[in-house]
Amino acid sequence: MILTDNILTIITFLPLVGAFFILLTPGQDEVAVLNIKRIALATTFVTFVFALLMWGLFDPDTADFQFVQNSPWMGEVIGYRMGVDGISVLFIVLTGLLMPMCILASWDSVKHRVREYMVLFLVLEMLMMGVFATLDLAMFYVFFEGSLIPMFLIIGIWGGKRRIQASYKFFFYTFVGSVLMLLAIMAMYWYAGTLDISRLLAVDFPESMQIWLWLAFFASLAVKMPMWPLHRWLPEAHVEAPTAGSVILAAILLKLGGYGFLRFSLPMFPDASLMFSNFVFVLSVAAIVITSVVALVQTDVKKLIAYSSVAHMGFVTMGIFAGNIYGVQGAIFQMVSHGIVSGALFLSVGVIYDRMHTRDISAYGGLVERMPKYAFAFMIFTMANVGLPGTSGFVGEFLTLLAIFQVNTWFAIVATLGVIFSACYGLWLYRKVIFGALEKESLRGILDLSPREMLTIVPLIVLTIFFGFYPAPLLDTTAASVQALVDQYAAATGLAAAGQ
Amino acid sequence: MIQAIVFLPLIGALVAGLFGRTIGHKAAEVLTTSLLVIAAILSWIVFIPFFLGNAEAYKVEIMRWIVTGDLDLRWILRVDTLTAIMLVVVNTVSCLVHVYSIGYMHDDPHRARFFAYLSLFTFAMLMLVTADNFLQMFFGWEGVGLASYLLIGFWYKKPSANAAAMKAFVVNRVGDFGFALGIFGTFYLVGSLGFEDTFAALPGLADATIPILGGEYHALTVVCLLLFMGAMGKSAQFLLHTWLPDAMEGPTPVSALIHAATMVTAGVFLVARLSPMFEMSETATLVIIYVGAITAFFAATVGLVQNDIKRVIAYSTCSQLGYMFVALGVGAYSAGVYHLFTHAFFKALLFLGAGSVIHAMHHEQDMRNMGGIARKIPITYAMMIIGTLALTGVGIPGTMFGFAGFFSKDAIIEAAYAFGGPAGQLAFWMLVIAALFTSFYSWRLIHLTFHGKTRADQHTFDHAHESPRIMLVPLYILAAGAVLAGVVFYDVFFGHAEHVEHFFHGAVVVDAEIIDAAHYVPFWVKASAAMAMLAGFVLAWYFYIRRPEAPRELAAEHPGLYKFLLNKWYFDEIYDFLFVRPTRWVGQALWKGFDDWFVDQMLVEGLGRRVKQVTTQVVRLQSGYLYHYAFAMLIGVAALITWAIAAGGLLG
Repeated sequence: MILTDNILTIITFLPLVGAFFILLTPGQDEVAVLNIKRIALATTFVTFVFALLMWGLFDPDTADFQFVQNSPWMGEVIGYRMGVDGISVLFIVLTGLLMPMCILASWDSVKHRVREYMVLFLVLEMLMMGVFATLDLAMFYVFFEGSLIPMFLIIGIWGGKRRIQASYKFFFYTFVGSVLMLLAIMAMYWYAGTLDISRLLAVDFPESMQIWLWLAFFASLAVKMPMWPLHRWLPEAHVEAPTAGSVILAAILLKLGGYGFLRFSLPMFPDASLMFSNFVFVLSVAAIVITSVVALVQTDVKKLIAYSSVAHMGFVTMGIFAGNIYGVQGAIFQMVSHGIVSGALFLSVGVIYDRMHTRDISAYGGLVERMPKYAFAFMIFTMANVGLPGTSGFVGEFLTLLAIFQVNTWFAIVATLGVIFSACYGLWLYRKVIFGALEKESLRGILDLSPREMLTIVPLIVLTIFFGFYPAPLLDTTAASVQALVDQYAAATGLAAAGQ
Repeated sequence: MIQAIVFLPLIGALVAGLFGRTIGHKAAEVLTTSLLVIAAILSWIVFIPFFLGNAEAYKVEIMRWIVTGDLDLRWILRVDTLTAIMLVVVNTVSCLVHVYSIGYMHDDPHRARFFAYLSLFTFAMLMLVTADNFLQMFFGWEGVGLASYLLIGFWYKKPSANAAAMKAFVVNRVGDFGFALGIFGTFYLVGSLGFEDTFAALPGLADATIPILGGEYHALTVVCLLLFMGAMGKSAQFLLHTWLPDAMEGPTPVSALIHAATMVTAGVFLVARLSPMFEMSETATLVIIYVGAITAFFAATVGLVQNDIKRVIAYSTCSQLGYMFVALGVGAYSAGVYHLFTHAFFKALLFLGAGSVIHAMHHEQDMRNMGGIARKIPITYAMMIIGTLALTGVGIPGTMFGFAGFFSKDAIIEAAYAFGGPAGQLAFWMLVIAALFTSFYSWRLIHLTFHGKTRADQHTFDHAHESPRIMLVPLYILAAGAVLAGVVFYDVFFGHAEHVEHFFHGAVVVDAEIIDAAHYVPFWVKASAAMAMLAGFVLAWYFYIRRPEAPRELAAEHPGLYKFLLNKWYFDEIYDFLFVRPTRWVGQALWKGFDDWFVDQMLVEGLGRRVKQVTTQVVRLQSGYLYHYAFAMLIGVAALITWAIAAGGLLG
């Protein structure tokens, strides 16, 4: 069928078609700018529809890659290979979901160089879709590293006052790791003779080689995650990025690391993964506890949420390397949920930043008085961030903690402390921004959510609650692939697989 | 029917919360309240067959929740005797509190929101008590915590209310930390989180161990203690009690519903629900006895000197919860649930009565500014007296004449004595002393508030008025409960062991031995609670009626002790010193010291000195290579698409 055979290509490259039309749109006047925004919105929306369609057509009962395209390209080495399984499919849908919201969030707040801005966002979407859809390791590398460039430019051109330093730091951190990953990819090709991911999954790398490959991938993925103590670029980048940039950064780009661990480290280097698992647990638990404590003393709204993102990613890495079905299911769920919730939180911060042009927590207070709808939305997202049962934030945290307890109770106990800290910083932020008397003169005229803002925030509220009560659509989609993954991991490492 | 009971409050909460502005305050009030009245009536309809002994436990599945691997968690409503009792308690008190609030909150500009929160709370509490697995219970557990947070902080302009709300949530989270670990531990041992699966697996786990914190310990003891930590948080037991008195910042109906009758008893419910599990660990039950006894005693001592009318009742609640835990610890689960049941009526009565006093006194809560208002608000006065008689356990030992608290509290004291051993002895004496204190502070409250010459300013005193009927009717109903709940339900909760067993039908463990032993304790034990109660009454009379200057003299004679009690044993200060400040300090150190200084300046900037150089050249970077890089990528991608369309088959 023509659609199913090409749907990944369509989803991945449709944004470029939109970008092309934006470049063709003549003029710099208001009409042209409006048209540019409309093209961007329409493109991302149609892409999302295709992504949903693909999810609908996706068969959750098999662990095999689906919608596969495989043609030779550039000789025998690099092929045009596309395909998704349960591990990648949800990320494509998530990317598709958040892009239109980013365009909407930038509707009025981006005022100069709109054309370039929208083109960059569409290119970024293409690259992110590509990362999750490709089955060729070289292509993966190109997409993975390529996503750095538009993000770098978005922060560097449309960012805040210290945007140059921030974007540089962002570039510096993420680029260092990638060189090592490239070397590892070459080594893998020389050993296995292919860059086809679906074939590489069946290759049995010798243990000594696994160790080096694992470390090289880790260098790149851990920065992207980001894992403690390589997280320092993230708060900086978030603070300076424009709202939509923060949303994409938190919701999608941070997931590239976790996706990489699931796609490569765990299945391809199982022995090394097992060997390094305690090391990963230490860093994950450190992320959960230390960055949570650091989040407690932040004075900048975005920094606080950025630090809390690092803590939440700690649950993801912990779950992945727990290596049982609960951990991996929980990690994927946590990534998707964090994509929704952190995206929503940054959108929410954008709402008040657009009005007041400050991120300083102490500049707010008593917003509930003037902005009841906003207060309600922010409450839902805060509670999801805190991991309250009944929100999507709970399910992933619960599953990953359940998983780590099966593996090692020490880590489980320390990681569970995170539930206390998250409540502290989450509620503290809410109290300072939303509650209290509305005393500041500058806030007296602040307006509640506009219809355009409602359009971005309401769907995210619905999803947060829906997946909190009924996570089955997500868990079922990933179940078969995750089961295969953990079975393979257990077989390779000789561990008894949990959940049989 | 059970679906209606659970979800009607949710519907009310959603409509009032989301559309409160559209439909108006009146409609929101009427809607939530009438739905609750229906739910309450249905709850009694569910309960009565259980009371009469001809109902079977059953379950209703709503939908799947977290299902993956061996983990099979569903939203299920489970109804058995214990659930039915809780349904009655929760919905009856909640519906009365809804009605009462229509009067109490009548001039609040955010009443629709208030009623939405109350109904939301009720829904969460109902999910908790109908849970069939640990995680749904945890959902309800945290859900009531959220509702409690929202309601304590309802008057969001008050900084003290916001602080109290946050404190309640965070301290509860400390307990939930244990609860969550207990859940993980259970899954580790059993491989399932369903209650029935867990109970079925218990015999095989009697000697199981669990590796924890570097050692191997008796698994069920560890798990039970972790779960009990959750119960300690929610039920404000010693060490995790600090949030409850502060929670009085919320509107008074909230205190009656959440912080007296229902939510704080969730910990008791938890232990009762998991009684087969706790029975497997002697250590865990001993810990419960000690914690309960210490709480009962400690909270009563603090209650002696508090001046805020609501805080006195709050400490009293804390203390009574201690009684319930002692009952659970000694294995008399039915007695613990019995006290939970009767306590709900008389404590809600006391709180709503206090609310009526506060209403009459124009939001004055300090008893030092009250006094002599008995004849101004005679009905409230009468209701408060009934509540006090029930709380202090007035009755004639050895007979069936007495108020509700008389039956349930004496049952616990007798069970503690019957349990024997050091733990039982200690608990017995602590509870008897606590009974004396209870009687003292309860009558002190009555004397300071209602008797003697008034200390209120003339204006407030002159304008003190009786509450409207909509607030009084709930008081009448609760008063009826405070009088009758003990005597009517004595037989099924603490009568002949066979009757109790027949009533609970396996919903909680019924230990015939301890019940029988409690019935045959010496007469002086049976009379001890009544003696303590009388002594407290006389002392209160002496201190506050006979010689009103005596309390001040006593405080002056023992300034250290007085300060110690007045400052609640300095728990807030100690915790601030031990946890709050160090955490913030560590946070600052890690942020400024580690992140900013060590990682940023030392490593990143020091390691490659280039960072700075390149940073200055960043403009070049931005317009230089990066654009080239990006441009090259774009061209490559364009070529890729062309090829994909040509070779990938889009065209054919």
